[in-house]
Amino acid sequence: MSEAVIAVALVWVAASGTAVVLTTDPLRQAFVAGFFGLGLAFLYLSLQAGDVALSQIVVGAIALPLIVLLSLAKVGKDRG
Amino acid sequence: MSVLAYGVVAWLFLVGVYGVVTSRNLIHLVVCLSVSQSATDILLLEIGYRTGGHAPVFVSLPAHPGPAVDAVMQALALTDVVVGAAVTALLLALAVQVHKRAGTLDPDALRATRD
Amino acid sequence: MSRRARLVFFTAAAAALAVTLGAGLAGLPSFGSQITSYARMLNELAPRQRHVTDVVSAISFDYRGIDTLFEEFILLGAVTGISVLLRPLSDETRQLAEDKAPDRTIPPPSPAVWLLAVFLSSLLVLTGIETVTHGQLTPGGGFQGGVILASALYVVYLGTNYVTIERFQPQPLLEATDGVGAFGYVFIGLLGLLAGVGFLSNVVGLGVTGNLISGGTIPLLNLVVGVEVAASFAILASEFLDQTAVIRPRRR
Repeated sequence: MSEAVIAVALVWVAASGTAVVLTTDPLRQAFVAGFFGLGLAFLYLSLQAGDVALSQIVVGAIALPLIVLLSLAKVGKDRG
Repeated sequence: MSVLAYGVVAWLFLVGVYGVVTSRNLIHLVVCLSVSQSATDILLLEIGYRTGGHAPVFVSLPAHPGPAVDAVMQALALTDVVVGAAVTALLLALAVQVHKRAGTLDPDALRATRD
Repeated sequence: MSRRARLVFFTAAAAALAVTLGAGLAGLPSFGSQITSYARMLNELAPRQRHVTDVVSAISFDYRGIDTLFEEFILLGAVTGISVLLRPLSDETRQLAEDKAPDRTIPPPSPAVWLLAVFLSSLLVLTGIETVTHGQLTPGGGFQGGVILASALYVVYLGTNYVTIERFQPQPLLEATDGVGAFGYVFIGLLGLLAGVGFLSNVVGLGVTGNLISGGTIPLLNLVVGVEVAASFAILASEFLDQTAVIRPRRR
């Protein structure tokens, strides 16, 4: 049973990782990266790593989207 | 299962590097780099996994149910995730300043600084 | 190198790397079969030796405490680098002449957003403090709790505006807190030297397993790391916010 959960999590991570790379618009990529982070947290939880999953949730939902979106806002403001 | 587990690690790493090589936007490049970084975290945790194991937290277990997974790998991966985010922020700060100076975020259009 | 040439070169190199990776990964023991003997020994010994229930925290802050010191300083270095990179350049200014115009005040936030921000930031502060102090008992600790504490500040910015944040958490205070947190870790390590044993030894009383105060120096180190990580991430966000909201090119 746990093996099946790990397999599902691995496939989710691989698929969303590929989607992150193939999304060229940085704004859309930020959302796909959030989905990728969720998949990573699920994978870490199914590998019985509670501490690492907590780190990934906190970083991937809070810190990373904030700095990516702020950088995009700054770049967009400079251009327009 | 081993093939899937380790194959995903190799795939994520190569896909991340492919994104870095063929990127047309510096911010897209930095996020692809973070995908590569997470591949190494997954490998660390997979090495430390034991089938039927439970998390290495021994809270009031009468006799803990079965073996526990590797706690050393989790300690390594835990700080890696947080510090990886800080390094990604540093790269994004670089990208913002490059855009100010060069006016573009396309790596192919950036030239060496004039001397 | 042109794009085509770069892609061809990458394909060749990636194929070679894939073959090497495959050969290396195939030599690993099959997935889930065994863990290293060091880890097995630590799982057995750590709860008894250090009176903690979360072995990962014991490893991060006690058995391999020196590695966490280096990681913390990497974080400090990255945030210092960001502060240097995002400083106002010579052709930029923080204040334009029209900022002082009388009708240029920032409109107040809508009551619904403000209420949500107050509620959420209080929850986040409580959750952050709980995560930091319970690091030796359950999954958690200084790193995770520190980021949660920093996110309380982000929510306050989202609910109000940049001027409120700047008044409430000025930049010098954040930088001083960051330094104090980093120094605190080294200071606790020096306590070990002063007591006559090695650097970063667990020299404070160990307490009872399962209590909030147990594990000797582990909760103390969790606390200083939580303070340092919270200040680091708050500085990070405030630097980026400065760039987006405040720093503009100087008008000639």
